[in-house]
Amino acid sequence: MKRRHLTLLANALVLLLLYGIGGVYFKNFLTLRVFVNLLGDNAFMGIAAIGMTFVIISGGIDLSVASVIAFTSIFIAQTVHDGLHPWWAMAMALCLGWLFGATQGWLISFFELPPFLVTLSGMFFARGMGYIVNDVSLAIKHGVYSQTIRNLAIPLAKNVRLPFTAQCFILFILAGTFLLAFTRFGRYIYAIGSNEASARLMGVPVHRMKILIYALSGFCAAASGCVVTFYMQSGNSSSFVGLEMDAIASAVIGGTLLSGGVGGVPGTFLGAIILGLIQALISFHGNLNNWWAKIFIGILLFLFISIQQLLSRRLRAAR
Amino acid sequence: MTRIAAIAVFWTCLLAVLYLLRRQRNVAFWPLLALSAILLFNLFFTPHFYNLEMRGGHLYGVPIDIINHASKVAVLSLGMTLVIGAGGIDLSVGAVMAIAGATMAHLNIEAGMAPGYCILAALATGLLAGMWNGFLVAIMEIPPMVATIILMVSGRGVAQLITSGQIINFNNPVLNFIGNGFILIPFPFILTLVVFGVTYGVTRGTALGFMIEAVGDNEVAARRAGLSAKTIKFLVYVFAGLCAAVAGLVHTSNIRSADANNIGLYLELDAIMAVVIGGTAMTGGRLYLASSVIGAILIQALTTTMYAKDVSPVVAPVPKALVILAVCLLQSERVRRYLADRPNRAQGRGNE
Repeated sequence: MKRRHLTLLANALVLLLLYGIGGVYFKNFLTLRVFVNLLGDNAFMGIAAIGMTFVIISGGIDLSVASVIAFTSIFIAQTVHDGLHPWWAMAMALCLGWLFGATQGWLISFFELPPFLVTLSGMFFARGMGYIVNDVSLAIKHGVYSQTIRNLAIPLAKNVRLPFTAQCFILFILAGTFLLAFTRFGRYIYAIGSNEASARLMGVPVHRMKILIYALSGFCAAASGCVVTFYMQSGNSSSFVGLEMDAIASAVIGGTLLSGGVGGVPGTFLGAIILGLIQALISFHGNLNNWWAKIFIGILLFLFISIQQLLSRRLRAAR
Repeated sequence: MTRIAAIAVFWTCLLAVLYLLRRQRNVAFWPLLALSAILLFNLFFTPHFYNLEMRGGHLYGVPIDIINHASKVAVLSLGMTLVIGAGGIDLSVGAVMAIAGATMAHLNIEAGMAPGYCILAALATGLLAGMWNGFLVAIMEIPPMVATIILMVSGRGVAQLITSGQIINFNNPVLNFIGNGFILIPFPFILTLVVFGVTYGVTRGTALGFMIEAVGDNEVAARRAGLSAKTIKFLVYVFAGLCAAVAGLVHTSNIRSADANNIGLYLELDAIMAVVIGGTAMTGGRLYLASSVIGAILIQALTTTMYAKDVSPVVAPVPKALVILAVCLLQSERVRRYLADRPNRAQGRGNE
């Protein structure tokens, strides 16, 4: 209990520190507008990271999310282009994402295959399928995209509106937090991640749970793909290569242990926002190069992992 | 006629090797069988696939191309085999390749150093990266996947820092030779054979291989038996870093430029795939070096065949995914049990 709060606290401190740096060096950094943009710009990565959190807590990993996002975006773009209504296209994409994840989960659980390899092949598969749908970037031209989504933005202050992408992100954070912390489903995930054998002995339906967990991750990735189409107004089958690593990094910085059993959605949210802030700071600065972001994210990862390692060692020693 | 005779001799040898491997229940049987299937397909459906030519003392032909291009992943997979055999995983090798390549090009072009020193320095960066991973895993006891993600994420940033975000082109006969040279067969493949020979000699000629397997199988038991699990884990990561540096040199030299963004991108996944296709389980405890190299060649043969058959490069990931999945399924306990329990079939002792 205490440990979870400690990592969250450390996250919040880093977040405040980064915000402080931004506030000191750049004017207008501490405005509501920047924060709202931060939410909107990182919505798709964050939503994928929430699905990833579920998987990682259960002791697995899902490398396929970036490809599923790309597939979903091009799938929606293509079907809308072919005359399907966007909402139907999205519903179909979400179903496909769910099914794709469920299949991965079934392979992992039924054949006892390592999640790393199954989702790795899932990554190649989804990427290839995306290219088969269409291998060029496709703009989405439809009233839903040009009008409805824009009208759904909630005005917060003068000239500041909470975009629909950010609303989706907040919705997923709330739903994910609830699902993981307050339901039996969530408890089961922690149980499987802590010790699969004892979870099975306690009567947790491990097989069914694993299918559901990966299905959930596939669903989140597909939802993230939908958000991408709102954000980009287009679909592209070759984009977001490597996004799964950002999602994993968000979860790990947020205090989710890759060995399973520990973590939470609020932490992942903070992790995603920290990654977004680093990018924002670098783009605000204008002269700093993109590689500093990578190096800085690596340093942050190292710091957070070390803190957790020390904490868990102390816990083990205390026992 | 000589060509047909040569092909016949080749296939006879291949079948004989396959038969022997099967009788010995050698793990290399499965990847070699898959490779033979691809070669068989090409025998019938790809004209000129088996045409080998001597031009200016060099061998040319599609099979030569395959082993040439498979070299990078093969070298990576040798290091990865030891890491996975010791119960770990190294996700950073692709980024380490970029660092090594960037170091080599930077020192040669910007600092004007002699090629020999550039190569040594690049190998040193690989060692350093491996030591960092080894420190995190063995000393800090961070789970390998987490520990190596750190360098995977930031390593490419470091490489870009070295090249200042530029693509550094170079043209030096020695440096060009690493990736493009020929001594009858392509130099990268000779390099692979050398690395393989050294790795095999060190692990199988001494007890080191057994020690690595012992640590991968059960670390606590290995420690109780008097092995220094920490040292062994540290060493395998250092070795993987070194292998990554060699692969990085080959890749950089091959394209005659250091492109920090793209050198070795996703090759860590290919290397892991090669190792797993080779039969080394990701849970650790066993290592099969030759089998991993065959796995690497298999992946490249698949890719080359798809290009030869005009399969669009963008669709290529799908068959790749299906192959990984098929190999994983073959290695799954449940499928093995099903195959073993079939009637009229001798009870298998597992593939050793």
